[in-house]
Order: sequence, then C-alpha cells, then structure tokens
Amino acid sequence: MTYNLVHSTIYDYASPVTVSHHAARVEPRVLPQQQVENFSLKIGPMPAVIKPRVDFFGNHVCGFSIQEIHRHLEITARSRVTVVVTTPPAPALSPDWAGVVKLFSDPVSPEVVEPYQFIFDSPLLCASPELADYAQQSFAAKTPLLVAVADLNRRIFSDFKYDPTATTVATPLEEVLEKRRGVCQDFAHLAIASLRSLGLPARYVSGYLRTRPPAGKERLVGADASHAWFAVFCPSVGWVDFDPTNNVLPAEEHITLAFGRDYSDVSPVSGVITGGGAHVVKVSVDVEEVHLPPA
Amino acid sequence: MSDETGKKPDSRLDSTAPMNETSVEPPEISAAPPVKNQRAAQLFDESVAADGKLRPHYAKFFGSLEQIGAGELERRWENGRRLVQEQGITYNVYGDTRGMERTWELDAVPFLIAAEEWRTLEAGLIQRAELINRILADCYGPQHLIRTGGLPPALIFGQPDFLRPCHGIQPKRGKFLIFYAADLARSPDGRWWVTSDRTQIPTGTGYALANRLVTSRTLPEAFRDCQVHRLAGFYREVQKTLAQLAPLNTENPRVVMLTPGPYNETYFEQAYLARYLGYQLVEGQDLTVRDDKVFLKTLAGLEAVDVILRRVDDEFCDPLELRNDSILGVPGLVGAARDGNVTIANLPGSSLLQSPAFMAFLPGLCRHVLGEKLKLPSVATWWCGQKSAENYVLEHLDELFVKPAFRQRQPGPALERNLSAAARAALVARIKFQPHGFVAQEWVELSTAPALDGGKLVPRPVSLRVYLVATENGYAVMPGGLSRVAPRAGASFVSMQHGGMSKDTWVLSDQPVPEVSLLSATGPNIELRRVGNNLPSRLADNFFWLGRYAERADATTRLLRSALRRFTPERGGGSLPHLAPLLETLEKQGQLKGHQSQKQSQPGQSQSMSRQNPEALEAGLLAAIFDPQRDGSVRQLVGHLQRIAMFVRDRTSNDLWRAANQLGDLLANAPKEKILLAADALGILNQTLLGLASFHGLARENMTRAQGWRFIDIGMRIERALSLCTFLDCSLRSPEADNPSVLEAVLEVADSTLTYRSRYNLLPNIAAVYDLVLLDDTNPRSLFFQINQLAQHFERLPREMESVTPQQKILRDCSSRLRTLDTRELAVRAGNWSGGETGKLVAETLRDLPRLSDAIAVSYFAHSEISRTGGGCQP
Repeated sequence: MTYNLVHSTIYDYASPVTVSHHAARVEPRVLPQQQVENFSLKIGPMPAVIKPRVDFFGNHVCGFSIQEIHRHLEITARSRVTVVVTTPPAPALSPDWAGVVKLFSDPVSPEVVEPYQFIFDSPLLCASPELADYAQQSFAAKTPLLVAVADLNRRIFSDFKYDPTATTVATPLEEVLEKRRGVCQDFAHLAIASLRSLGLPARYVSGYLRTRPPAGKERLVGADASHAWFAVFCPSVGWVDFDPTNNVLPAEEHITLAFGRDYSDVSPVSGVITGGGAHVVKVSVDVEEVHLPPA
Repeated sequence: MSDETGKKPDSRLDSTAPMNETSVEPPEISAAPPVKNQRAAQLFDESVAADGKLRPHYAKFFGSLEQIGAGELERRWENGRRLVQEQGITYNVYGDTRGMERTWELDAVPFLIAAEEWRTLEAGLIQRAELINRILADCYGPQHLIRTGGLPPALIFGQPDFLRPCHGIQPKRGKFLIFYAADLARSPDGRWWVTSDRTQIPTGTGYALANRLVTSRTLPEAFRDCQVHRLAGFYREVQKTLAQLAPLNTENPRVVMLTPGPYNETYFEQAYLARYLGYQLVEGQDLTVRDDKVFLKTLAGLEAVDVILRRVDDEFCDPLELRNDSILGVPGLVGAARDGNVTIANLPGSSLLQSPAFMAFLPGLCRHVLGEKLKLPSVATWWCGQKSAENYVLEHLDELFVKPAFRQRQPGPALERNLSAAARAALVARIKFQPHGFVAQEWVELSTAPALDGGKLVPRPVSLRVYLVATENGYAVMPGGLSRVAPRAGASFVSMQHGGMSKDTWVLSDQPVPEVSLLSATGPNIELRRVGNNLPSRLADNFFWLGRYAERADATTRLLRSALRRFTPERGGGSLPHLAPLLETLEKQGQLKGHQSQKQSQPGQSQSMSRQNPEALEAGLLAAIFDPQRDGSVRQLVGHLQRIAMFVRDRTSNDLWRAANQLGDLLANAPKEKILLAADALGILNQTLLGLASFHGLARENMTRAQGWRFIDIGMRIERALSLCTFLDCSLRSPEADNPSVLEAVLEVADSTLTYRSRYNLLPNIAAVYDLVLLDDTNPRSLFFQINQLAQHFERLPREMESVTPQQKILRDCSSRLRTLDTRELAVRAGNWSGGETGKLVAETLRDLPRLSDAIAVSYFAHSEISRTGGGCQP
C-alpha cells in the first residue's frame, strides 16, 4: 500500500518570538516493511540553522532554529511511503513469556542489548506492582508471549474508553489507570509500562493511521491525525507491533514515523521559544492512499 | 515590566530556581554511619597513633598551637568566625525556616595529611579519574564495555542520568570528566576508601578556598611551620585547562560560570569562585544559542562564549533536548556542544558515573580498561542487578546500607538503619521488584580528627572531599580539599545540610612551599579591557533596582524622620499644616494607612482617621519603619536591597554586601515587644541614613564607572526625582503651601536646608524654595539635576546608531518643561498653588517618570521568558 503523507504543524504566537529552537521527528523511518520516497520538510519562516541527524534510537530528527522575529511558524512534512504486508508471526508459536523474562534477567547476553534498553523506566513511565497486577491476568503461566500481549491489547481496548477530553500530553499513567479513559498515547503508555513491570521490553511507536471515511462519504483531506501504538520484543521474531486503541495488529494501514521509550523520545514537533506569549498550535495530517498505475 | 507599583517584579524570583528543582547536589557525604556498638578505640585516630603518641605531622602542628596558647587560640578564633561572617560565607539550607542563608560552619583546627600519604592518595585519585573518564567516553561513544560484557548494560540503560541526546558528542581532547571529586573516608585499619564519586559538578572548591583564607590567617605560625601546600596553583591549572579547552577561540577564550541562581545552596561558592577565577557568573537566561554557537546577552549585544563551567545539573542544561520543563538551562546548548562549538565542563550526562553501582565494577574495569590494578579502593558495594549480589544483600540486609542505585525518577521512602519489620518487608519487596535499582554498601567507620569544641580539642568523625582537574598533562589533584566533621562524637552522618562543620585541609610538604599567585596566570596575549560593556542585561536590571531601592529607602527614611520630628503626641498630628504634606506623601506611597475614600478627594483638606488620633498615628509611623509586612516600610525596603545585593554579589565589593546586611540587622534587631517611642525611633532612622550613605558611597565610589555603576545611578536618579515630585505634589496641594514651616519641611526632605541658607539669608520663600529644589542645576538634590544626569547616562549607553531612544524623548520633554518654568509664579498665587505652572510640571513629571522606567526596561532588560511548544498530543 502506498500513501502520500502531509503532516503540518502551525503555530500562532500572541507576541513576537525573537529566537526559537525546534526538533521535528516527522520523517518516516525506513523499515523492512516500509519504504520512504520523496521526503521533504518545508519550514516558514526560513530557519537560520537546519541540522538533520539521527537520534539515539535511529529516528530521523531535524533540529532547526529561527533567528528572525516571527509570530507565525509553519512546519510541513511530505512524503510518499509504501508499506508492504508481511506475514504476521503465529502467536501460538511464540515462546513462553516467562522464558522471555528470564532472557532479560541477569546475566543478560550482549546479543539482546538493543531490546534490553526498553525494559527500564523512562522519563514518562515507571514500572509498578499495580501495573504488573493489571497485566498479570493476560499472562497466565505457560502462555506464549504474543498470545498474552494480544490479550493485554484487547483488554486495554475494552477496559478503557477513548476520550480525547480526559487527558493531556502530561497526564500521568496513574490517572489514566484510575479514570479508565484516554487517547492512543495513554493506551500505548499503559501497555508499555505494564509489560515492563513484568520484565518484558516494550517500546513506543509514533506514526499515522490511515482512516476510512464513513460509507458513502468523501474522504476529508487533512482530517487524519498522528497516531501511536506499542511494540513488544519477541525472541527470534523481533519487535511486534500492537495497537490497543483499535485492538489490531498494525499492518499496512499503520505508517511508522519513529520509536523510543515513550512519547518524550519521539514527540513529532517540539520547541523552545523566546518571547511569544500564549500560542495556538494547529496540527493537520493527511494520509492519502495512492493508486499506482499497474506497472 | 511595569513600573505601576514602582516595585521590581518578582517573576524572576519564581523562575530563578525553585527549591525542588535546583540542581546542584548537596555536597553531602555519603559516607555511611559507623557500625553499631562501635567502640571508639577501634576507630582510626588521625592525630594519635596506636601507641598513644602524636603522629609526627600533627606533633609539629600542636607544637605550634602550644606556643600560641589556648586563650590566644580562642581569641583568634573569635576573629576567624568574624571573618567568616564578614566574607559572607554562607550555605543555603533548603526548607530552613531561619531564612535561607546559613553561615558556613568552620572548625578552627585544620585537617592534616602527611606528605608521604598524600603522594599515595594522589596516585590513586589520578588513576581513578583517568578510569572514569575512559568509562564515560565509552558509554557516550562506542559502548564496547557493555557489548563485551565488561559492564552490565543496566548500568547505562537503566539510569535516568544516561542522557541519550548527549550520546555521540565528542568533547575536545576526549575530556568528558574535566572536573572530578571523590569523597574519602579512612577505616580503622588506616586505609582510605572512596565513599562516593562526584563526576558531574564537584562542589566545594570555593568553600575550600574560603576555609583556607580564614584558617591560614588565624594560625599563620602553624601554617608556615607545617609547610602547607598552597591552593592557588590548582586554580591556575583550572584556568589554564578551561582556556585550552575552548574549541574555537583559543587566543582569548571567554569562560563563563553557569549558575542556577542565588537560591541554589552553593550560590555563595559560585559567586566566590567566579570572582576568584575571573569568570562571569551567568544564568541560563543570560545565554543564547545562535547558529549553533553560544553567546552572552550583554548591553552591547551578543558576545561569543567558548567554555561553560556549569553549576546547573545535567538534565536542566537544555530545555530543547533534555528536560523540557527546565528554566535554568539554555535552549540549543546540547546542539552547540554536539557541533563542537562550546566546551561544557563537565559535559551534560557525566553524572552517569556518580551511581554507586559502578563502584562494584571499578576493580574489573580498571584491569580491563587501563590494564592496572585499582589503587584506591571503593567502599564495598553490591549492586542488586546481579543475581548473586541481590541474594547476598537480602541475606545481609541488617549489616549493609541499602540505597537507590540511580537517581530516582519517583523518590521512594527514605532508607534508614534499624528498619522496623514492616519497613524491612517493604524494602525487600522493592528490591525484588526492581533489583537493578538498588545497591548496598558496607557501613564506613569514619576516622576521627581533633576539632575545637568549647576550648577543648575533641576527636570527631571526619571525611574528606578531594578535587581533580584534567590538565593537558593528565589529572592534577588539588593539594588540599574540603574536610567535614560531624557535629557530635557519636554522630553517624557528616553533612553540611545537617549541621556538620568543615575544616581547612592542610596537605603537608617535606620541602618549603613556593608562593603562587593567580594573577600571573594569563598568557602574553591578554586583551586589554577598559570599559565593561559586556554587562549581562539581567545584571543591568538588578543594578537598576539596587539603585532604586537604595534611594527609595533613603527618601522614605527622610520623610519619616521629618514626620517624627514634627510629631508631638499632645497636639495630634494632622492638625499641623507642616506635618500634613509629609503624612499625605507617606499615605500615597502606602507606608501609612490612609482613608481610602478620601484618597481622591481634595488632599490637604482631608484628614484620615489615623491622623486624627495621635496614638494611632504614632503606631502607624513606627510600623512604616519597622513592620516587615507593611508595604514600603523602611525594613521592607532594606530587605529588598539585601536581596538584590545578593543577586549582584559577584559584581560588587564585599563591603557593599556587608553594608546592606548591617542595615538589615539594624532594623531587624530593633526592640520588638516594647515598641519604642517615636523619639527612640529617630535615633534608628539617623543610623539608617548613615548606613544608607555608606551604601551609596560604596556603590558610587568603589565601582568602576562601567555599566553596572551607570545603572545603579540611573535607578537612584529616577527614584530621587520620583520621590521628590511625589512630596512636592502633596506640598503644593496643601492650603498653606507658602507657610514657612511647610517650606522648611520641603527643604528638609529635599536635603537642601543648608544650601538654601547659604543662598538666601531669610525665611523660606515659596518661589525661592521651589526654584532650589526643582530648577537649580547645581543642587544635586534638585529635579533638574536628576534629569540632566539621566540624560548624560543615556548618551553613553549602547543604542541603535541613528535613533533617539524613547527614554531620551521622555527626558527631553522633562528637561524643556523645566527650562521654561519660572517659580516666581508661585509667589503671586494666593492659594491653589498646585493649579499653576509649577504644579503642572510636577504632575507631568510624576506621570513621565514611570514611563521612563518602563522604557529603560524594554530597551535594556528585555530578557523575555522562554517557553516550550509542543506538537500536540497523539490521539
């Protein structure tokens, strides 16, 4: 499946901004199941400094700063991404989850160092016995890892109500757990912290989801949104994605931007401004399916 | 910033450094308490050997002390303590109700280390610093150590202090660890152990320097006889090292010291060190990153910064790439370091190696990395991330000191000794849930050193912090350090946060010690600097308000003094015409509580309730002096003065600071319970004026005529013009404005009585008095004089080439009004004096001065707040 992606972020400031520094993680990663063509990033006003680099997790990040006085900032990322369907791993054949916990217990083999780093507390997420308790139901003895995680994914989907008014970027996990409400970011965080509380490596995935218009309606341009889900590490398979917001295993309708320990590692656009006063931010995302002519 | 209330807005206070966010770790010793049932005889005594004889290095010292004699030592130590006070050596204690600053506690008797022993320690410390630097370089670089199994990966990935954005930064010369300190303790067998590694911001070198200053002056004979190594050489190495580490401008690099602000617990030492080393002390908001380079925002524009000696914690250094809620850092700083445009000492992320968990691995790493045996051992440490260690710790929980292995994101309950059964079970559960989060260490039994207590020398548990710097020829150790002793014999903790004392540390030499001066440190290519145009805008702001508060305190004190002199309890106050304008001015400024409803009615006619009642009036006047809660009281103004003097402490003389504190003491120590009579208060007001005069004198005369001085003077001039006009406005509204006794008061408040008498040998005449206080440009108290001085200042301040600044426009208006005024119009008016030209001029000036203050703020102090922007939530 091939998509044209447009992700634009617009800031309007109440008073002039004299200097601003930003970091944008809006360039999709190249992955075995995902190819990226024609990525472009348009920034207005023109930044004085633009420094693309690759962060610790291998994500593309573009650091830029604007040194002229401005009241308006527009960041638009465009790309064409092709996602290929891969055969999903058979959950029942995955290893016993307890064995995976053992693999990541002392002494940890240097071969699994990369996934191992996703087992620890991260800036927004701390493991706790309460979270371990929540996850435990899905993790009966001898359950294959991916069966258990799929069950956790399903439980989060059914136990929690999707409610964009219930939380903000800063809402702590305890509150989400208590209110049983939240958005994709909260559900991904909840799953990750629960898995880590059991001793399993889990990471946060930031990306987009293709949305379908209601039957008989035209697709609305720009009405899509950025999305988030999580992945768990499964020995001999690698990282396996789960989307608790929609209770699905991401396939060709999920486009991956970046991944990290939690949202704080992959926030699509962040910045620090001098001046500016109150600001309004408008984000719009468009995921358009491209019907390529037959070759 | 508005001048509406004429108060310095306090937003900076909130933003400078909230306590819970401040960053510098307490220089607290993590040496654990001595083991239970410890018999004193088992501890190592630093001064007395096992056979009961004095150790040789102490013998020499005590010989010197004996010659001085106990009485003389006591007397000298009194002076020593005074020196500590006068130098303003303080330590901020968090959550201290007695006020934040606490005087530094110093013991008279230095801690002595023999030459031979020091050489061994030195070699061990240098090796350890070298090793830690190599480990840091690996963790922030190729990470071979975790891939080859030399280091458990959890020690890096599990730590909040492993800052991923800093991974891959390559500091100049590979120096991750430019500064390093180690806390040392000596066990009963006489061996030294490292109890903690300080790899991020080794605090305390400033205190070590201050201790040396006091102790060497108190015991000059002993200091000479014992052949003590000087400290200056180490600081010279520091200067040299930082200059050489400048990435780009190696000729005349600019080094600044980045501070979290005056609320940080070690702010004294930061200001002290910055001054000693000749570096500017700056806050995050003084710096800005442009084109991936760091600049200092000064009045004259942006100036490049090459090296940052930081006292801001790792995570707080850059709100863009590190903790985004930090307001102490500089946005873009990590990027500038990544690009190799600035050297940060130490590089953010270096606190990684502060984790005690590393101690368990240092012996192995030393063999692996350096191919040597670790010379200086660490206190025995078990990291529970290893299964075998976890089992050991759980089995020996009561014999060990358990603590978090890493800085905690969410602080758990404090860990103590002698746990209750419930607390013990909870601890076991926490260890089992997250074993890698805990370490256990052996209790260290500190050695004892003699300390002076009530005229007697008594043994006290002691610990030592030593400092290293990475010179081009390898690490150099400061021949000295910061020793700390516990306040009591059996005390289990040595911590400056918990009432410990410090000691000067004397490293003895076996040969005579040469003198070292810091001033010869600069190279041949010194850049001559005559005018300090590089004043950071933030400091200009502080100097401005220092001037304003000093003058406001002066004007208020004069008003109150004049009012008290004219006040007689028998006759009440308000009925006297010559008292009324004074009281009205005080009411207008908020120092006296007037009658709200009458504020707008015709002043001069109105009589507030309190003015009718002599007792209430007297109480009101006294409150206007002494009540710290009363807005604009002398006491409160002096408090502001002290606070701002603290902000500019690294830029002003110690005398200025002392003068501010003496004023504070004078007012705070006035008898509180039995409040004095009005007459007694007069004496205190006179002393206050003297104190303020010395403050003014010091501020004006002891500062170079650079920008700092200029802003103090601008502040003073504006305030003087403002308070003069406020008072003249009230006086002119008085129905008896031409009454000689009212005019006397005008002359008195304007401090122009003598000038008047020398010019006119007659009773005060309204036209002559107003001419003298408004228009006479030779009278330093006149309005015209203030306006002229202000105009001259603005001529000399940096500004855009072509334009006339708004402040210059305002001043020109004021000036031209004054030039065309003729106060003789007053003489011909009968009543309604305020309605004439003079009254109009005073009113217009009163309107313009706050605008002037605001315009200055916009032009020079505009250090806008930074804020963060997000890209929205992920739904």
